[in-house]
Amino acid sequence: MRTILPELVCPAGNLPALKAAVDNGADTVYMGLKNTTNARNFAGLNFDTRSAIEGIAYAHRHGKKVLLAINTYAQAGEVDKWYTAIDQAAELGVDAIILADMGLLDYAHRTHPNLRLHLSVQGSATNYEAINLARELFNIQRVVLPRVLTVAQVAKVIQNTEVEVEVFGFGSLCVMVEGRCLLSSYATGESPNTHGVCSPAKFVRWEKTQQTLNARLNEVLIDQYAASEPAGYPTLCKGRFCVEDDTYYALEEPTSLNIIEILPELLNIGVAAIKVEGRQRSPAYTAQVTKVLRKAIDLAVNNPVNFVINNEWQQSLAKLSEGQQATLGAYSRPWK
Amino acid sequence: MKHKLALSLGPILFFWSKKQVLDFYQQMIDQPLNTIYLGESICSRRQEMRFDDWFGLAKDIACAGKKVVFSSQVLLESESDLKRLRKLVDQGVFKVEANDMGAVKLARDHGLTFVAGQTLNIYNEQTLAFFRKLGAVRWVPPIEMPATKLTTILNETTNIDCEVFGWGKLPLAFSSRCFTARYYNLKKDSCEFKCQEHPDAITVNTRDGQSFLTINGIQTMSANCHSLICHYQQMEALGIKLLRLSPQSQHMIEVIQIHHAVINGQLAIGDALTQLKSFAEHALIDGYWQGQPGIAAIEECHYATS
Repeated sequence: MRTILPELVCPAGNLPALKAAVDNGADTVYMGLKNTTNARNFAGLNFDTRSAIEGIAYAHRHGKKVLLAINTYAQAGEVDKWYTAIDQAAELGVDAIILADMGLLDYAHRTHPNLRLHLSVQGSATNYEAINLARELFNIQRVVLPRVLTVAQVAKVIQNTEVEVEVFGFGSLCVMVEGRCLLSSYATGESPNTHGVCSPAKFVRWEKTQQTLNARLNEVLIDQYAASEPAGYPTLCKGRFCVEDDTYYALEEPTSLNIIEILPELLNIGVAAIKVEGRQRSPAYTAQVTKVLRKAIDLAVNNPVNFVINNEWQQSLAKLSEGQQATLGAYSRPWK
Repeated sequence: MKHKLALSLGPILFFWSKKQVLDFYQQMIDQPLNTIYLGESICSRRQEMRFDDWFGLAKDIACAGKKVVFSSQVLLESESDLKRLRKLVDQGVFKVEANDMGAVKLARDHGLTFVAGQTLNIYNEQTLAFFRKLGAVRWVPPIEMPATKLTTILNETTNIDCEVFGWGKLPLAFSSRCFTARYYNLKKDSCEFKCQEHPDAITVNTRDGQSFLTINGIQTMSANCHSLICHYQQMEALGIKLLRLSPQSQHMIEVIQIHHAVINGQLAIGDALTQLKSFAEHALIDGYWQGQPGIAAIEECHYATS
């Protein structure tokens, strides 16, 4: 057992969110550029050169690190756009870039040998053989694991690789192996791999009928709400569908991942970093989640034996969760 | 000489009994297929066919003159998943389709060439060239890739064969969660192998009655049937070598025969589509090839060309 202080890695969808993360205890922030090279390519989000320079300077001034996610797959005939993003990241002086595409990892490793490389969750690396190949080929320093492994499986990965392991700690739960889900492009033509978006907002249409509010994604009915029901964003995998005679959340309920309950276990097995999802969320969200996880991680590291889950933490995180519900997701075997 | 598209049979993506599997391949041996993919690529709990069973079957199929490739499991989570993967790579006779970077690692460690499966996410010419260097000799593009982008890549790439997914429910997503077990309110670890009661998996409809998805254990597929037969001439012009037909429990022989007849100029596309439509569980789609959402139906004009 090696208990180390894991980095708390927080989302920076824009400059105010970056500052909120740094001010509330993040060790590291991650961000993306304003284009399809990053997997949260939403209108009004992300960084141009100017805001990136300011954000990186702010984080570095406070002794914090900055990661840049270039984690979509470079598209045919347009690879230069992704190469430019990598070159730009090197120039900006980020502490690491987060990549998924093997060709881009190869380019980054050859062109910028001193730039630290992380393998993105979009890279779908769920086992140490895959991770060790990326280490051997590109000298990756860290891997972000998809949200599909149990704690025991994460531990096995850590035991069998020199690569640092980063896991998701809080935020919207991706039910599928990231990088291997095309549900979004099946319905809309755009997917996380190709356009950096899942269930893109421009395809969402709300339709009011006499009894219901219908949420459509490119005309596919994702969910239908009665007048008394709160309506959520129509993320494809969190809709209600009919299977034979049952209507239910066939893939997953709208719920968020929250690992506070198993934090001591994650520290015990030696995770190097805990990541918060949510570059598309507000600076207030980033501030609140960062504050709670900072307290929880510090207590779990400094006093693991007496680690008790604080109800206030959970209540405050529940308010920020989808459907106000939390799950341990795949970390817990019964979820499967 | 004009290049001709050959047919391949993808791995069985559903959970069939050992007898069903063996009976199925007994029929497939006589079909005009160039390559047959074998093995369990979806769920580690589906083990009616053990490695020795697959290997024996592979030898029989190879003796009948077909090329055999073992498809590796897409999602590798546990040590036992890796153990099965090592067996696949260690057998040393048949090529392996790598569906995860872990399989690429083991193939490379053994100095073996491999088929780069669609879930390796090769979306551009530079990445494809990189995989070529790692030992890939054939490439199955991601199913969401449109013909225009594939053309760009293939114009840049000459030393690797391309195989396109051309028939069947689209394999869209993978999870560690079993959606079939979830439907039955069971846990994955005690799933009672309910998949076996659904030889073409379970359709998921929208609440207004549109057939939308299919849940196949940890895999999510389209409900509609992807069909690229209308585009076979374009595929031949692009130099695509193989058209992959994905197994279904009923009418597979007819599906293969129709594709074969079209490629050999013995059957008009419109007639083929009309027949194929009756052999698919739901509507025929080709949106991805056209640069549209994957769910987009095959345009009526293709039916009118007969």
